[in-house]
Amino acid sequence: MDIFLVEAIINGILLGGVLALLALGLNLIFGVIDVVWIAYADIVMCGMYVIYVLYTHYDVPLLFACLAGIAGMAAFGVAVHLLIIAPVLNSAPINQLLATGGLLFFLQSFATLLFGTDFRNIGVRLPVVEVASIYISFARLIAFLFGLIGAVALYLFLKRTYIGTAIRAVAQDRDIVGLMGIDQRRIYLATSAIGGALAGLAACLLVLQYDVHPFIGNTFGPVIFMICVLGGLGNMIGGFVASFIISQIIAIGGYYSNTELSYVLAFTMFIILMFVRPRGLFAR
Amino acid sequence: MLSLSAVSAGYGSFQVLFDVSLEVPRGEAVGVIGSNGAGKTTLMRVISGLIPLRAGTMTLEGLPLAGLPAHRIVEQGIAHVPEHRRLFPRLTVEENLRIGAFIPRARRRFAAQLDRVYALFPRLKERRQQPAGTLSGGEQQMCAIGRALMSDPKLLLLDEPSAGLAPLVVRQVFELIRRIRGEGLTVLIVEQNVQQVLDVVDRAYLLEVGAIRLAGTADELKGNRFIRQSYMGL
Amino acid sequence: MSRLGASAFALAALAAVLPAAGPAYFLHLLIQILIWASVYTAWALMGRFGFVSFGHGAFVGVGAYVPALLWNYFGLTPWVGIPAGIALAILVAVVIGYPCFRLRVVGHYFALVTLALSQVVLLTLVAAREITGGSLGFTPKAAGHSWYALQFPEKTYFYVIALMLWLLALSVWRWIDGGINREALEAISEDEDAAAAIGIDVLREKLRITVLSAALTALGGAIYGQYMMYLNPESVSGIAVSLQIVFAAIAGGVYSLLGPTVGALLTISLTEGLRVWFGVTFIGAANTIYGALLVLCIIFMPQGIVGTLRRAMAARAPKAAAAD
Repeated sequence: MDIFLVEAIINGILLGGVLALLALGLNLIFGVIDVVWIAYADIVMCGMYVIYVLYTHYDVPLLFACLAGIAGMAAFGVAVHLLIIAPVLNSAPINQLLATGGLLFFLQSFATLLFGTDFRNIGVRLPVVEVASIYISFARLIAFLFGLIGAVALYLFLKRTYIGTAIRAVAQDRDIVGLMGIDQRRIYLATSAIGGALAGLAACLLVLQYDVHPFIGNTFGPVIFMICVLGGLGNMIGGFVASFIISQIIAIGGYYSNTELSYVLAFTMFIILMFVRPRGLFAR
Repeated sequence: MLSLSAVSAGYGSFQVLFDVSLEVPRGEAVGVIGSNGAGKTTLMRVISGLIPLRAGTMTLEGLPLAGLPAHRIVEQGIAHVPEHRRLFPRLTVEENLRIGAFIPRARRRFAAQLDRVYALFPRLKERRQQPAGTLSGGEQQMCAIGRALMSDPKLLLLDEPSAGLAPLVVRQVFELIRRIRGEGLTVLIVEQNVQQVLDVVDRAYLLEVGAIRLAGTADELKGNRFIRQSYMGL
Repeated sequence: MSRLGASAFALAALAAVLPAAGPAYFLHLLIQILIWASVYTAWALMGRFGFVSFGHGAFVGVGAYVPALLWNYFGLTPWVGIPAGIALAILVAVVIGYPCFRLRVVGHYFALVTLALSQVVLLTLVAAREITGGSLGFTPKAAGHSWYALQFPEKTYFYVIALMLWLLALSVWRWIDGGINREALEAISEDEDAAAAIGIDVLREKLRITVLSAALTALGGAIYGQYMMYLNPESVSGIAVSLQIVFAAIAGGVYSLLGPTVGALLTISLTEGLRVWFGVTFIGAANTIYGALLVLCIIFMPQGIVGTLRRAMAARAPKAAAAD
């Protein structure tokens, strides 16, 4: 097989790790709170700027800058829930979509106001690893590994802790969790914090590979929605698998044509799959 | 123990309960009987805080309950087994039981409570790793009651425990309720199945279109002509 | 004639006199408002029945690019090119709409399928950069003042065209509003199964309103392209344009004839006003405020501006009557 195709496939798998992380976060929020955060990818953008500013302007060591990014985005997730989601929790779904869509617009514009539209990077260039004459970017490898670690950590949290179990319970039957002594509002806040933290983690992994600019959310935001819907909104395992399918379509499509067309292919496949499996690929 | 006085409640502009008063003494089992739509489930939901009460007072051991949200009422010692059981279908049996012990007081005693529930319902122990949605109707009812017991309540509310179950299973469920009573727990049970419920409770109330029509000991109601004709088909 | 019809007519009469009054920039603003008001009204044709499309950016893009491409590469007059663009938009609407409605893709899922559609059009335009100029944009060949090319350096011409477009959009709205289909569509938006049970052809009704909405949107896109004489994938297609359409329509109010127009009036004059206010020193400041206002608007005025005003007036009326 063509060595460049192999590279494309491997890069696809590595990209899938980060997409999976984001799909998990978005799916968690949808499954539990029943709201789609259209601006989810833009929270990642905010996280990237936090790390960028701390690292390049305040000389904070990269590791701490990343931890601050994760913690900051967790707090940001809570703020988004309190300020924007909570007031529209009982409104029509379309108004919820629009409220977070307005946030998308706000965040992109505000980032433009603060940083301009320039592409910025943290200036850390990690080496490229050569394995059997295949070149793999170390940054992508790290991103993939941490993406998986994040996914496993989330799984264990949901499976092993009281709060995690309660989060899953809310996703299954939100009306009666009060009878178990669970305060639904607190579970929503916890979920938003976790969703924000996952976006923060994704920001750490992406800032190593890509330049940050105010509209970076637009490049992968729509892809994350496609993944979540393909996997079945709220179905975490489905979303995880769908991440790797979509990332392969993008990577292999990019190998045979150009990047835009590979995205066109991914979106078209998505539309067709929606018709074939309207409730997602892995609908129960 | 639980005391309701002149309670009114409803949904939106639709009033369901009118001036309902009732008493559940410590250690007793009390039944509320009535036909479909009489307001029995609404009564349960008011007591456990799922819907607010509009007028009247509600106390548990003299402490006022009105205005507390559902999750705070669980902490006061009331556990509610909802109509149709409402297990979390994709959580395992044991995870359902763990959710039942979510409040801090119960979490500390989780292991002991789990042993108690498994001793009461050995079937649940056999199936503890199974998703609750795969249990049979009777097992689901056991799991729902077990989940409520995990919070170590003073008062157990049972909403239509026999609904949707086969006759044989219904008999088993009432047998279980008798066993729980034997442990000294106070129970308030709401049922359409008048004959069976009057066999397990000490006293009962008849609820019709949102108001209490009759009250008395189980034997009194069993002998009541109106109840025999309208609710027991005798 | 209803009160709404009368106010629309009054507004149109006022609009006819306006251009003489202001400077060229003012006219430019007015043309944009009218064109986008038509597009928002076209979106609201569907949106008011709960069919929320995030894909109307695709129709604007198709409507704008097709006549421009045909003009530059084949010298084909927009008088043919615009209908061709509309035809393609209708085709796209049917290709996406038919399976969607047939297979009951609704709610979030419909919103996301249409979102994907708008991205497909955007990315195709960018990817076909040899033909479309990609993200650098596309400029139709200038032909001076020409009816054949539908190009007029004099803004007044486009003002009249935009005004006619807007009146067309309003009359389509009125036509749907007064027609028998409205009740069918309302029944469908309440409950599809119940609507089907009483003999409504759900698929046909939904498809019809979608096609109408897409065609009108594409026409708006075409006029916009002809007027601006410059097309950019980001400004006539994709998620950003789709969201802009949905926002403005909802902000104005989708349940009233002039709601989307009010939405266009407010959002465009707000962005322009903020842009003039902040100038180029603070890029993004205008949109930051705009975004914040959108969020506040959705939280506090879920019925839209017109809907909220109307409700406030309705609440006041009985009190006034009681006082008499």
